[in-house]
Amino acid sequence: MYVAVKGGEAAILATYDLVAEARRGDPAVPEISVAQIREQQALACARVMNEGSLYDKDLAALALKQSQGDVIEAAFLMRAYRTTLPRFGSSQPLDTATMAIRRRVSATYKDLPGGQVLGPTYDYTHRLFDFELMEEEGQSAIDSRQSELAAADDCRLPTADCLDATMPRVPDILGAEGLMETEEPPEGDPRPFDLTRDPVSFPADRDVRLQSMARGDEGFLLGLGYSVQRGFGGTHPFVGEVRVGEVAVEFVPEELGFAVDLGDVTLTECQMVNQFQGSKEVPPQFTRGYGLVFGHSERKAMSMSLVDRALKSRDFGEAADYPAQQDEFVLYHSDNVEAAGFVEHLKLPHYVDFQGELELIRRIRREREERLAQERDAMPEAAE
Amino acid sequence: MNPKTPRQQWMATLARASRDEIATLLGALPEHEVLKAPETGTVMVEGRAGGAGRRFNLGEATVTRCVVRLPNGRMGFSYALGRDHGKARLAALLDARLQDEATDGELAQGVATLAARQAAARDLASRKAAATKVDFFTLVRGA
Repeated sequence: MYVAVKGGEAAILATYDLVAEARRGDPAVPEISVAQIREQQALACARVMNEGSLYDKDLAALALKQSQGDVIEAAFLMRAYRTTLPRFGSSQPLDTATMAIRRRVSATYKDLPGGQVLGPTYDYTHRLFDFELMEEEGQSAIDSRQSELAAADDCRLPTADCLDATMPRVPDILGAEGLMETEEPPEGDPRPFDLTRDPVSFPADRDVRLQSMARGDEGFLLGLGYSVQRGFGGTHPFVGEVRVGEVAVEFVPEELGFAVDLGDVTLTECQMVNQFQGSKEVPPQFTRGYGLVFGHSERKAMSMSLVDRALKSRDFGEAADYPAQQDEFVLYHSDNVEAAGFVEHLKLPHYVDFQGELELIRRIRREREERLAQERDAMPEAAE
Repeated sequence: MNPKTPRQQWMATLARASRDEIATLLGALPEHEVLKAPETGTVMVEGRAGGAGRRFNLGEATVTRCVVRLPNGRMGFSYALGRDHGKARLAALLDARLQDEATDGELAQGVATLAARQAAARDLASRKAAATKVDFFTLVRGA
């Protein structure tokens, strides 16, 4: 149990000054701007938006700046800020089939309607340092590139046509053949559960699991997804599709009564395809795991889709022997803000608690020594 | 998705425009009353499991809204992602003015120009992505 403490204001205020100094680093080095973080550390911003469960690139960049790049601390700032905002309502469900594709790959089909689009990916890089990035780009280089961009018109990419405006989601292609588990809204297309408003109970439904994983820790989900692949879960997945791009968010304000397009959000979606042997009721078919996250976050979306499938074990009558298959384990431990809070609270003063334990252990030892002494006294010959 | 009305289209364009672009288009601030001052809140963004299945809450997004009224009684609304209060008020004013304007009016044409610019940026991004289209060859194992 934690007993509150008082006092220490002066010391605490002094830590604010010190943390500001540590955050700034060497004052001879120019200060980093929020816009620079937003534009040049976009993948870190995406992680902060996901784990902070709030889409706002500027705030994610600010959170990273304020937390000196500590992603979990940054997510905490996002969560805290979110609680100060009114909720206007819920969006229309996103339609990822209308995504403006920047990247889309499938490991199951070579020839896809719409094609395979590698987009901006590190997958085919050699992971060798680019030491040119050590050199700061001068203003002249920025100017010359901008004038080059301004001069170039539409013929800059003469060979490439635009991508198709809509691309079918890969599992829907298999679905048309009836070989894929169907994904349809339940009767009446109910409003989803919101774990920020209501307490979660178990077994948790899929909407709860997906919301929880979308805001869950990337590292934790990556580890769980990996465990499933290594045999602690027994799924044999293929990436049906990973797609990254922009999707419009639509919202129907009550006073207007029609859908307003609020702008685009960047999303990453992963459709994992798994084998299923079938059961008495269901013929053998492919089953699905789904991942959807803010920003360009493939590792997170893929991990989420692996764990989503693992958590469906019960639905398919499979044994749920491993951590990734157990919703209570996954959902209660994937939230890194909660986890960090509980782990890190251990460093706050626990003086009263510890004094109690100290006295207890002293008493037990005293009693033990007294008992041993009595036993020795009762058997004096054994001691000689 | 249903085809969009002209008003839905200009609201979508304004949501994606910068404050400067909207300010330039609107010109001098018309006389107006602010019915609902610019306010930032969130909208819970919903996805669907598998893309088409059960709805779930993906996470929230910041949204800023504003409502204005012109002296003729016409109300203008703005709803857009982000936290830009200045942009929200200017966009709401444009929404009000555009409702009273003919479809080939000056403001409507200005919005059409903005929309064309946004479409061009989208096309350019699409063609850059298309330049990375790939055909992998599958090698026969053990051959």
